[in-house]
Amino acid sequence: MSAPPSAGTGTPSAGGHTPSAGADTPDLEAHHLGKRFAAHRAVEDLSFSVARGSFFSILGPSGCGKTTLLRMIAGFIPPDEGRILIGGRDMAGVAPNRRPVNMVFQQLALFPMMSVAENVAFGLARRGVARAERQRRAAAMLERVGLDGAGHKRVDELSGGQRQRVAIARSMVLEPTLLLLDEPLGALDLKLREHMKIELKQLQAAFGTTFVYITHDQSEALVLSDHVGVMNHGRFEQLGTPQELYYAPATPFVAGFVGANNCLAGQAVGLDGAIVAVAVGSGGAGPWIVHAQRRGGVAVGAAATVFVRPEATALARSATELPAGLPVHAGAVTSLLFDGANSALLLRERLSGCEYRIALPQTGQYADLQVGAQIYFSFDPERALCFEAAAHG
Amino acid sequence: MADIAGGAATAGSAGAAGGALQAAWTRRLLLALLLAPALLWLFGLIVLPHVDLAFLSLRERVAPRVYVPSLAQYRSFFSEPLYWQVFARTALMSALATVLTLLVAFPIAWTIAKLAPGRLGGLLLVVCLIPFWVSETVRTLGWMILLRESGVLPALLVHLGVTRLPVELLYHDATILVGLVYTSLLFMVVPLVGSLESLDNALIEAAYDLGARGGAILREIVIPHAAPGITAGCIVVFMLTLGNYLTPTLLGGKNSMWFTEQIYTQFITRFNWEQGAALGFLLLLLSTAMVWLGLKLSGQRFSDVMRRA
Repeated sequence: MSAPPSAGTGTPSAGGHTPSAGADTPDLEAHHLGKRFAAHRAVEDLSFSVARGSFFSILGPSGCGKTTLLRMIAGFIPPDEGRILIGGRDMAGVAPNRRPVNMVFQQLALFPMMSVAENVAFGLARRGVARAERQRRAAAMLERVGLDGAGHKRVDELSGGQRQRVAIARSMVLEPTLLLLDEPLGALDLKLREHMKIELKQLQAAFGTTFVYITHDQSEALVLSDHVGVMNHGRFEQLGTPQELYYAPATPFVAGFVGANNCLAGQAVGLDGAIVAVAVGSGGAGPWIVHAQRRGGVAVGAAATVFVRPEATALARSATELPAGLPVHAGAVTSLLFDGANSALLLRERLSGCEYRIALPQTGQYADLQVGAQIYFSFDPERALCFEAAAHG
Repeated sequence: MADIAGGAATAGSAGAAGGALQAAWTRRLLLALLLAPALLWLFGLIVLPHVDLAFLSLRERVAPRVYVPSLAQYRSFFSEPLYWQVFARTALMSALATVLTLLVAFPIAWTIAKLAPGRLGGLLLVVCLIPFWVSETVRTLGWMILLRESGVLPALLVHLGVTRLPVELLYHDATILVGLVYTSLLFMVVPLVGSLESLDNALIEAAYDLGARGGAILREIVIPHAAPGITAGCIVVFMLTLGNYLTPTLLGGKNSMWFTEQIYTQFITRFNWEQGAALGFLLLLLSTAMVWLGLKLSGQRFSDVMRRA
């Protein structure tokens, strides 16, 4: 869990790599990886490294190339360009059954014709481990994942969460350098998924093995990972810690994909140091001027997109209750979305008619709010981000 | 209309239960009608003749038109070496043909189920079906044209210098096996394709990922999964081969010594219907026993297997 600060920052070391398995050799390195299927570029010029013992997630919408990337690491498909190094060793031409990598499949792919213990011992048997030793190690591994005594059961007698643990045990018993996980929580229901998220993080911490996890669920990526690569159209939009992705998204795509965000499209009308003034919408009574931090080179007059977090917005019934010194905005409530801790309201901004989402505070002071009510809100321009709209994907 | 509506209204209160009963009867009648052709066929063509054959097989002719109940026909099967030796030979050859068919059909089925994408797989299955568009007699005669001494293949062998004189390729056991495998192939391929298609590719990848090689994947994953399909194909092919008459007789000639030929001879040549009926029953019983034994040995359940067939 103690990742070196350089880990996962996506700076490939140029030049020759010495295959030494020292303590600071990254467990996984990719150099300029590329893969195309006919005319479609699935993965394009990807470079990154994953530090030993860390939890690395690849987050992206379906079809972004993350499965292709994972299957290239596992060895099921060869890359067209670039190199993959695992534990410092070049993996070119190494078959999946000879790589120090194991994979937890999306549908888990447990062997239904075998018992739980036989599933776990399968890889050991392939390595020629003697039967008694195999059984001992499989039982020990099952105990480690909290399934002691379940070895004789059939796979279909287990619950979804237990099956998950068998799939992990089956891979971990081989002590791989790298464990790849292909959206393993996708098939579980919401409650179990939340539970397994925590369990997966604890398992990874206990084993200390490097996990590479792919998912389209940003909450899974944020909760589990030390580092996340946000992937879109075969490229990494941003590589960083979950906090970096959330508080300092590098591209409009990351801003829109990671966490909830209000996305306001408009035109930059003024520039004051690092703060841009953007005129949002023109369909209503007039443009709504919002202020946001300048990201990239947004010039005055250019089309711009402003992102503001619903939870970074303060809400009040009268303008005087809002924090002083910030621009005040107003609007009428259009919907109340009650979802316990994630409750929010949608409002229509007074000038532009734009929809805007605000997270409701947990104090319950807005429990009696009605649709149609006039309210005031404000946000710190330092916490809103303005990107050039042309790059918005 | 009004009359019907009124009738329905009075009946409605009086016989809600009666209506349900009537619906149940209608359902039963419909089921009986749907099953009737199959049942008539089963009863008329399978059960009735077999009952008659059973009576025939259990009597002995002691004088012209004088018959007494007896087990003599069954006794002669065991006392006369020709009968049981021909049966043993037929069973062994059939088992061998079944194994050969499995070995030939498995790669074909694997290609159709796993390697050929979409329509190509369907096309390959049709290719397997094409021989069945021609009648079995014509197909077997085709083999004879190819294999007989003055046929295509021996001439080719002479032309290539492999043999000096044309050789007779007909009337060997191997020829019979080739013909039987050819005839049976489709009946093995179809259940195999079914069971291999249902095998999740992720299981194969997972096994590969866990360090397994081709042999281990086949032994540990593919065959256990496909076992019901393999057993179903084997049962069908074995029964078809054991009961085949045309292929062994035409390709094997007088040397074929096939059990169905013995039955034919008893009925047609020797007019010994009693003996023929007994041999027919023995074929039925012994082949059933062998299938049962095969199921026991492979640890398969008949109901699972038949669902795959």
